[in-house]
Amino acid sequence: MYVAVKGGEKAIDNAHSWLAEERRGSTDIVELSIAQIREQLSLAVNRVMAEGSLFDPDLAALAIKQARGDLIEAIFLIRAYRTTLPRFGYSIPVQTGDMACDRRISATFKDAPGGQVLGPTFDYTHRLLDFKLAADGNDTVAPMAGPRTEPTPHIAEFLKGEDIIQDEPTSDDLPGDLTREPMEFPSTRPLRLQSLTRGDEGFVLGMAYSTQRGYARNHAFVGELRIGKVAVEMDIPELGFAIEIGEVELTECETVNQFKGSKTEPPQFTRGYGLVFGQSERKSIAMALVDRALRWKELGEDNLGAPAQDEEFVLSHADNIQATGFLEHIKLPHYVDFQSELELVRKLRREAEERITPKEAAE
Amino acid sequence: MAYLDKPTDAERRQWMDVLARAPEDALMALWDKVQLRPTFEWLRAPEIGGVMVRARTGSTGAPFNLGEMTVTRCSLVLQGGAVGHGYVQGRSKPKAEVAALVDALMQTTAADAIRAEIISPLSRQMQDARTKRAAKAAATKVEFFTLVRGED
Repeated sequence: MYVAVKGGEKAIDNAHSWLAEERRGSTDIVELSIAQIREQLSLAVNRVMAEGSLFDPDLAALAIKQARGDLIEAIFLIRAYRTTLPRFGYSIPVQTGDMACDRRISATFKDAPGGQVLGPTFDYTHRLLDFKLAADGNDTVAPMAGPRTEPTPHIAEFLKGEDIIQDEPTSDDLPGDLTREPMEFPSTRPLRLQSLTRGDEGFVLGMAYSTQRGYARNHAFVGELRIGKVAVEMDIPELGFAIEIGEVELTECETVNQFKGSKTEPPQFTRGYGLVFGQSERKSIAMALVDRALRWKELGEDNLGAPAQDEEFVLSHADNIQATGFLEHIKLPHYVDFQSELELVRKLRREAEERITPKEAAE
Repeated sequence: MAYLDKPTDAERRQWMDVLARAPEDALMALWDKVQLRPTFEWLRAPEIGGVMVRARTGSTGAPFNLGEMTVTRCSLVLQGGAVGHGYVQGRSKPKAEVAALVDALMQTTAADAIRAEIISPLSRQMQDARTKRAAKAAATKVEFFTLVRGED
């Protein structure tokens, strides 16, 4: 018998009030503002924008505040918000070669034109807790030097002439959009990149790490890593020409991978590509490694059966909102489901006992 | 307000780029100083939406969808007939309205004054901010030097 039950409204209301109170914490402490989160927790804001798949630092900061710092909950809020926005259109592909670089390094070319620019990096810090930050804060002013005014060329450009690195021929094929149509397999590289750039940082990192440890080994060097702002342009139908509608901060990673050649390709360097909203260096390197591993078929490599080569496995599990939704729903009331399972197990036990008892009686 | 000759696409694009990217408080502060408050009618009231930002595989290859950004847009017409469009990054309806008014005024005899009091100072402020970041980046550029080798 199915019995519909209703109840819990009062408990739910009170739970949400308590949540609001706990979110605020002690009222003896000054409340966090959105601007403080945006400016001082900017890498958390960047992660929420990347995985929420919406570039808007103020909204991401609000989501972090509302989620009490639970970044996956914040990403969930952003994803829910973005579904309410009318889509004005698609931008012209951004030109990362024109990026105003805050940071630009190469692990392969020491003397790359434009130089090795470290930017505001955690690299080379000693990872020792800085108790000065706890005591009296920080108002360090960064030194300045003669600014570079011309764009910084991509490092892959320099190898192109030699034909020793696999080319990325420009096309204007319309890419699929997984916010419009659900992912199908086999997929395409543009769809894989869209999925990876909004994928969970921890998941993508883990998959990338597995390729380094020997599962679908493809020995990557960071050919180039750059962080900075690029202009976003879009065609405006009422004007009849394209204008800049804003700018976004991006982290781009291009890996250079050893490649012995295959049935279809000569020996040359191949590439993996990572591009992520905000300053998201770990994510963008990880994305590039996973992108490269997933390209085995197109490059005529062997399928080694490694998880990172299995696009259905990688892309179906990279989205932390899908994952958390399915995972966490099992804590919600399943009373009726469980009742029927309980009945079933009791019945099976009864039947098993009945089978045993007459046998014993006969002996 | 009287019409001017139609601006070229390149001219109009230049000021619309500045208006789209300008920090809201900077644009509003400059607009407040300008005494012009032309009457207008909405062609499209301000609305907030998303634009899907595209990039290219390996930076030069096939396009792919990277993620969305927020944009606010509106269109209006001044009494004299000049049509202004506002397309600005973010979710500010007041900023989109001012951008559309400025776009419309830039097509009238007020253009020189608007350029001098809004577009040029905004453009300068944004260029200064960009140059300052580039200067900080330049200070973190690695200068390699070769150590004296033992056998020399």
